[in-house]
Amino acid sequence: MAAEHTLLPMTWADAGYMAPELILLAMMALLIIVDLVLPRRFDRAVIGWLSLASLLGSAASLVWRLVERNSTDGGEQAKQTISILHDSYRMDDFGSMLKLLLLAATALIVLWSLGAMKQGASERVAHLGEYYYLLLPAAAGAMIMVSTGDLVTLYVGLELLSMSTYILVGLRSRSALTAQSAAFASAASSDGTGAQTYSAKPAEAAFKYVVTGGISSALILFGMSYIYGLTGSTNIGEIAFGLLQVKASFEELLIVAFFFLLAGFGIKIAAAPFHAWAPDVYDGAPTPISALLAVVTKTAAVAALLRLFYNLVYSAGGVHGKIGTTMFRAVLVIAACAMVVGTVSALGQRNVKRLLALSGVANAGYLLVPIGLSFYGVHTNNAAELYFYAAAYLFMNIGAFAVVSIVGGTGERVIELRAFEGLYYRAPWTAGAMIALVLSLAGLPVSGGFFGKLFILFGAASTHAYWLVAVMVATSVVSYAVYFGIVRQMFMRSSGSEAVKVPTATGAAIWLCTLATLALGVYPNGLMEAFEHVFTLAGDLFVYMQ
Amino acid sequence: MMIPDWPILSLIVFSPLAGAAVLLAMPKQRARLLRITAIIATLLPLALTLWLYADFDANRVGDSFEEYAAWVNIPLDQAGLGGGAASYGLHLDYRLGIDGLSLPLVLLATVITAMAALASVTIRKRWKAYYIWLLVLECGMLGVFLARDLFLFFIFFEITLIPMLFLIGIWGLFNREKAATRFLIYNGLGSAVMLIVFAIVVMTAGFSIGDTQGGGAVFSYSGSYETILANLSDPQAVVNQVAAGNVNPFYLSNGMETALFVLLLIAFGIKLPIFPFHSWMLSVHREAPAPVVMIHSGILLKMGAYGLIRFGFFLFPEQAERFAPTLAVLGLINLLYGAVIAYRQQELRSMLAYSSLSHMGIVLLGLASLHVIGMQGAVFQLVSHGLISALLFLLIGSFYERTGTSRIDELGGLAKAAPFMAGALLAGGLASLGLPGLSGFVGELLALLGLFDTHKVIVSIALLGIILTAAYVLRAIMGITFGELPAKYGSMKDARFIEALPIVVLLAFVLLLGIYPSFLTELMKHGFDPLLHHINMRVGG
Repeated sequence: MAAEHTLLPMTWADAGYMAPELILLAMMALLIIVDLVLPRRFDRAVIGWLSLASLLGSAASLVWRLVERNSTDGGEQAKQTISILHDSYRMDDFGSMLKLLLLAATALIVLWSLGAMKQGASERVAHLGEYYYLLLPAAAGAMIMVSTGDLVTLYVGLELLSMSTYILVGLRSRSALTAQSAAFASAASSDGTGAQTYSAKPAEAAFKYVVTGGISSALILFGMSYIYGLTGSTNIGEIAFGLLQVKASFEELLIVAFFFLLAGFGIKIAAAPFHAWAPDVYDGAPTPISALLAVVTKTAAVAALLRLFYNLVYSAGGVHGKIGTTMFRAVLVIAACAMVVGTVSALGQRNVKRLLALSGVANAGYLLVPIGLSFYGVHTNNAAELYFYAAAYLFMNIGAFAVVSIVGGTGERVIELRAFEGLYYRAPWTAGAMIALVLSLAGLPVSGGFFGKLFILFGAASTHAYWLVAVMVATSVVSYAVYFGIVRQMFMRSSGSEAVKVPTATGAAIWLCTLATLALGVYPNGLMEAFEHVFTLAGDLFVYMQ
Repeated sequence: MMIPDWPILSLIVFSPLAGAAVLLAMPKQRARLLRITAIIATLLPLALTLWLYADFDANRVGDSFEEYAAWVNIPLDQAGLGGGAASYGLHLDYRLGIDGLSLPLVLLATVITAMAALASVTIRKRWKAYYIWLLVLECGMLGVFLARDLFLFFIFFEITLIPMLFLIGIWGLFNREKAATRFLIYNGLGSAVMLIVFAIVVMTAGFSIGDTQGGGAVFSYSGSYETILANLSDPQAVVNQVAAGNVNPFYLSNGMETALFVLLLIAFGIKLPIFPFHSWMLSVHREAPAPVVMIHSGILLKMGAYGLIRFGFFLFPEQAERFAPTLAVLGLINLLYGAVIAYRQQELRSMLAYSSLSHMGIVLLGLASLHVIGMQGAVFQLVSHGLISALLFLLIGSFYERTGTSRIDELGGLAKAAPFMAGALLAGGLASLGLPGLSGFVGELLALLGLFDTHKVIVSIALLGIILTAAYVLRAIMGITFGELPAKYGSMKDARFIEALPIVVLLAFVLLLGIYPSFLTELMKHGFDPLLHHINMRVGG
């Protein structure tokens, strides 16, 4: 069917609808030029501030669109989902709400970097200007992923995000590290770890990420090719329609296709057993980029998976059909696997960035549970739970990574758990913030993480998936031991090290995250109501034939 | 004096937190100022509770002291219901309430925390953080006893976990970190099991359909204790309907209810503790600083028993009835095992830890009676043991501070050096072994009396445990108070005023309850009515 259409030009109205993404891309283009013509002696922080401004501008245009769409009292009818460019790009509230999260995450990361990347501060990257403006296409790619109505658009968004992050992961300053490891070598020449080990790491991380990212893309494309072969379309709505006709004869083939998609997205989400790259890559990347991978990439991929599965699996025989049962159960199994593997392997981990990477694996499991519960549960659509947890995860994770980056010391290659030693004495306020963040990660009240896990738990309990309830709760308990290792270092050890200096911008990012985490714990209603107010299953998630 | 229209329960729960906020603003070097502020902050809820006690009327049934505020109200997606609903939501609200079961324990908690704050003069470092955690802990404990929403209860229960972790881990003795981790993992496990049960209960028994005036039904999931209790005991409620043909997703089968009861028994059994789950508590008692052990042994263990009664027995009376013999046997094991091991201990804190285990056995025996006298005895025993063990741990802490040891064979003749403290120790010991006229006797007597009708054999064996208790208590106390005073302790000073004060207050309460048990039993008179009514109805009908 798609072949009959000619390519449509983009109209001004379309551009208006895509303003949030276009702002980011245009600003990126502008900032590339600024970076090029700005003499070397100027501080690249100005590019960071401009990136932050464009992220906020994009968010503002998004909020404006959301309010405009939802302020009319015409009820469901008045709220037509806007679908542009041949239904390949959709402006719906589910996407818009998620985009707000993605933009907030990227903005927090930029704010934190503005402090952390200052001269003499803890993080260092090779090309600061490039670092800042590449965050914009990463955010734009993630945003395209969550509002796609077509497999091709989805892939474009995914690749835009991936390409940007491939570079960002490898940006960690080589010279700074070599200098440092030289100092290491001279200080302790008996120590076998030579300069090469230290300077090679960022490149290794980037290379690993490129390879696994490539595999992920390949798996996704392969799965898509099956679906295209069976239905003759790349548009999700048309595929859903096509599947209604072919599902009976090609059930097995479709299951294969869905499994490839699941595996491909599983890598991006870093859910076990597709998670092995995550600790290495997070460890080698600049810490803000670790947080970007943990939050933005993961959230975007989960959202894309939700949209794909709810549309395609549903029309391929429904939730109770063979495909539905198989695929949703597979999602649940992967979720349980991720929770168990992530938590258990984090137990003995002394390297904090790896520890947080594995905690991200466990959290990926939580994020997958609402998808796997499909249309059951307290909530029927489960999207609200997913959204709430994604929000809680965003704040607690970025906050925790930011604290890690400032305790790590200047350009430290590996941040050990010991870096937290006596933080209570060295930076009492930051230690206080970290308690709240760790409580949230462990799922203890009163924090966003607690309610996030609780809502998901309710969903699982009401569908009578008691085994899943048990896995969720048991891994949470085991994770206490993981996270309280950090608390123990902060409060129960003393340290001779000097006070930790917290750059203002980084401190602001940490406290924004902490306060948001606590706010979600004290008043979870706000976010849940806001989401429920704008979200409808039929209008937002299902891509109908136009 | 009547209580004005204040939210008195909320004031009780959050007044310690207000104290903590004040402490947060104070400079951390001013130890004296911090200490006085903290003590005042613990006296506040104590005063309010005493006032509440004076005004409480056990005969007045109903919600005279209920406090409610909407908290988490989540609108759910109506699409799943296929329309026709006026509203559909999940409600976890802020609900506090008090009855004859809660009040004695609230009183216990406020008294002991205030005494522990007084006794905290022995804390030598990081006062500010110490007192803040202590007050947060008190807020959590009081909330546990007053919460009337399942998840509010859970949240308060978890809130006690974190301050305890720090109090043990920072201010404890040599192996403090290990004890703290152990505490966290065991209790975390207990809470996790409880969370599973609560989630399932809210998703089934918490579901109800109501009507609005405007037409259309109101579908809601609720965490409210009253709603869930009413739904579970109402045969017409959704949770008790086996739908023919169509599966009722809210139905709780008998097997499921039994599973939930057993899970609750495990969850609260870890806290109580019941025999195989007790090892974490021993290390806490050995490693935590004296005031923290006072609170831990005096109040936190009681939260386990309270939870078991409130959620296990009240929500699932049939299962409680079926499991009563098992509970009686578990109680007996606790009683005897604790007593025998306590007899073998050379270290006073370990001995008292096992003694606590043993005394909690009596609580289980009282509960297993399912008789008004026995259950009153169980709750009485909770309060009495809370006071006695707080007293004993306080005294042992004071002796430890002076001598640097708490081993029975290294101590002796303390009656000569510190007659007041030794006398108090003897009095506490006598209360612990159940001397008539002191509070320990009443609890044991009522519990065993209640059980006697149904389980004569178990009661007779339990008497053996009581004799053993007398043996180990007297052996220890005689050993350290009489005999030769080691020369190095010759210059030992008796209690200072600030230490004597909590000792006197705790002793006074022990004596008061021993002589005048109706101080508590009056309160509890109707506390168990709904449960017993339910059981009697089934037996009668």
